[in-house]
Amino acid sequence: MNGAPVFENTYDVAVVGAGPAGLAAGATAAKAGLTTIVLDENPAPGGQIYRAITTTPVRREEILGEDYWDGQKLIQEFQSSGAQLVSGATVWSISRALEINVSQGGQTHLINARWIILATGAQERPFPIPGWTLPGVMTAGGAQTLLKASGLVPSGRVILAGTGPLLWLLAAQILRAGGDITAILDTTPLENYVRALRQLPGFLLSPYFAKGLRLLTEVRRKTRVIKGVTKLEAQGKDKLAEVLFATGSQPATRMAADLLLLHQGVVPNVNLAMSIGIDHRWDELQLCWVPVLDQYGNSSVPGIAIAGDGAGISGALAAAERGRLAAYAAVKALKPEALSHLPAEQILLQALAKAQAGRAFLDTLYQPPKHFRIPEKNETLVCRCEEVTAGQIREMVALGCEGPNQLKSFLRCGMGPCQGRLCGLTATEMIAAERNVSPQQVGYYRLRPPIKPIQLAEIAAMPQSETAVKAVVRG
Amino acid sequence: MSHTADVIVIGAGIHGCSTALHLAMRGLKPVVIEKDHAGRHASGVNAGGVRQLARHFAEVPLSVASMELWERIEDLVGDDCGFTSEGQVLVAETEAELESFRARVDELRAMGFTHEELIDRVELKKLVPAVSDSCPGGVVSRRDGAANPFRATQAFRRKAIQLGAKVVEGVSVTGFTRQGAAWRVSTTADTFEAPVIVNAAGAWAGRIAAMFGEPVPLEVIAPMLMITSRMPHFIRPVVILRGRKLSFKQFNNGTVLIGGGHLGRAYPDTNYTELDWTKLRESARTVWDLFPIMRQATIVRAWAGIEARMPDDIPVIGPSSTAEGVYHQFGFSAHGFQLGPGVGALMAELITTGSTNLPIAPFSIARFSNAIPKH
Repeated sequence: MNGAPVFENTYDVAVVGAGPAGLAAGATAAKAGLTTIVLDENPAPGGQIYRAITTTPVRREEILGEDYWDGQKLIQEFQSSGAQLVSGATVWSISRALEINVSQGGQTHLINARWIILATGAQERPFPIPGWTLPGVMTAGGAQTLLKASGLVPSGRVILAGTGPLLWLLAAQILRAGGDITAILDTTPLENYVRALRQLPGFLLSPYFAKGLRLLTEVRRKTRVIKGVTKLEAQGKDKLAEVLFATGSQPATRMAADLLLLHQGVVPNVNLAMSIGIDHRWDELQLCWVPVLDQYGNSSVPGIAIAGDGAGISGALAAAERGRLAAYAAVKALKPEALSHLPAEQILLQALAKAQAGRAFLDTLYQPPKHFRIPEKNETLVCRCEEVTAGQIREMVALGCEGPNQLKSFLRCGMGPCQGRLCGLTATEMIAAERNVSPQQVGYYRLRPPIKPIQLAEIAAMPQSETAVKAVVRG
Repeated sequence: MSHTADVIVIGAGIHGCSTALHLAMRGLKPVVIEKDHAGRHASGVNAGGVRQLARHFAEVPLSVASMELWERIEDLVGDDCGFTSEGQVLVAETEAELESFRARVDELRAMGFTHEELIDRVELKKLVPAVSDSCPGGVVSRRDGAANPFRATQAFRRKAIQLGAKVVEGVSVTGFTRQGAAWRVSTTADTFEAPVIVNAAGAWAGRIAAMFGEPVPLEVIAPMLMITSRMPHFIRPVVILRGRKLSFKQFNNGTVLIGGGHLGRAYPDTNYTELDWTKLRESARTVWDLFPIMRQATIVRAWAGIEARMPDDIPVIGPSSTAEGVYHQFGFSAHGFQLGPGVGALMAELITTGSTNLPIAPFSIARFSNAIPKH
């Protein structure tokens, strides 16, 4: 286990990410006899949902819940498949020739693949309320990472605010681990309940229905839940002191707080896919960019597929099924004679459809309202890295800035180390709203590798690509 | 629908916008047709160097004239374009290189140009304290500097419009036909008519020239740039090399831009560029050697713009050799940004008076009339 991993020069299939989609894809490809490597940034496999499943200090199974421990099956399937996993490996560039630059242990390696499956998952949607950058304000996902990886349970006066399944799951996990929650400020718009009713029949068939109901009941029994929150601000001088909120048209209330955990859903993590130039479109229901894919997950760039929540948010069960489908397509292209080792295509497609049942209900119910996606107050920060406010963006649009790339040039918006992850959706939606056009027309930041910051020293020490070596030999 | 204009400029990069502005200043009504938006390509995403230093001798008069416009850029376009003048330094890595620089500076003096000054090791260390001790000297052009390229291109566009130019964006030219003394330009939208056409279409200018029956050996290139996260301030002037490829600049916010002309791959039909990390590795190595302080730097972003290069690395400027009323202004070979203001003024002079004060013979498109066009 110790010591540097050994990379081959070429693999049949390279998978980026070891969450449910990546693990399932890697296992499926390897079982069919393809040489398969899974590159994952975290210290241990599992992705976000099954984070640290092989290493977590949280041993009482009921704290993280059975859905979490379900991930063990995937881990076992993966471990017996013969696929190679490299942890702590950050893929920072992929070319259309399927060359991968991956940083591991402070060194960049160049890997060639015949097929690439991106399983880079989701990230939390930005939640740009006034004061969201104060110390003491963090994301629910961040808090859950600390719980899973290190067993840290938040203490003091803890407020959770926002909308979406993860908020409720985290609340339950904190409570089960013995933590206290002062209040949950639920920002789900009340009209969403009405809109979601139409999708209810589908959701009743979903594996998430019964579990979700149990979870909500469990949390509501132990914690104060304030529904229909329409205004939300974090306040304090050097750190969070109070949360200011209002419901409906009621006057605002203040609540003292040590920690505010924000969450309003997850969106595909598109940076790697976009940096390769894969086509994306704006999804009007999930309110985010999703890659344009065929039924197997194949993208607009030949040889590159996308599986899991990076292909559009569908949850962990669907992610694994999409991983299997993407690997099925890889086997079909690279080694069709091995298809007999895999379940039939129809079975895979049916399993995916089943895992996706009820998704429209969740997407409709938990669609975050516009005023929490696009800051109303001009002083609210949008780009945290470069400290660009909503007001500055509005001013630039009034001057004729038509898209996020112009914002970069004028305001440096989106040009900091987070590479637009924390402001990109806000910038797109805000420009679209100001110009009164669709986000699709406005577009997104042009993203280029490195998709994660990388040391100059590491680039200087990079190995040469085979094509470059050949060019030198030919002289 | 059909529109008429005095001049149709194809391409809203800094050159097309500058020509439109100077034509409007002379009382003409130009229309600029741009297939994407102003400054979308090389003009908007280049390193922003405003450099007279180390230019091809043929370009020096244009560059010096352009510098005078940069120094009063706010009067010209109503925006400072982010222009700062901290000088540019050409660093010699060896004694032999320094000797060749000395010969160049002497030759420039003989031609009457004094902007380049040879400097020794001591002066180099004074100007660029962070440079490696192994460098024996260099050349400084003290009035040079840098500007914000996208902002500058937008400022030229805005000012041109204020003075009566029209800029049509998101529209591609599809063909030209002669209508008496005028050209009819068909596009993906309306048609436009004017007696004069200016081809300032950058990487796509070769296609336009071919439509007039004069194909040129234009190469579509994608020069790459990298930028670091914020670092403590350690350098004021822009630094360039000649032996190895490097241009190097620290912004006010502390980020450091690393360029120098290493090329990625350009896909001009889709506006896409792909970076070549084998070559960016060379950039990183050069920086590693030259600036020890940069060994701790973190690269946060890299990109490339799409641009045109001519085989002799100097642009095509002047009238068409085949089509009456057609003028070319392209092929700036990855160093056209600084020339934008001056060449725009020169084009307006050429179009309205039929001649120019500055020599443009070396830039004639006729120099390629026997060359085989590349694809």
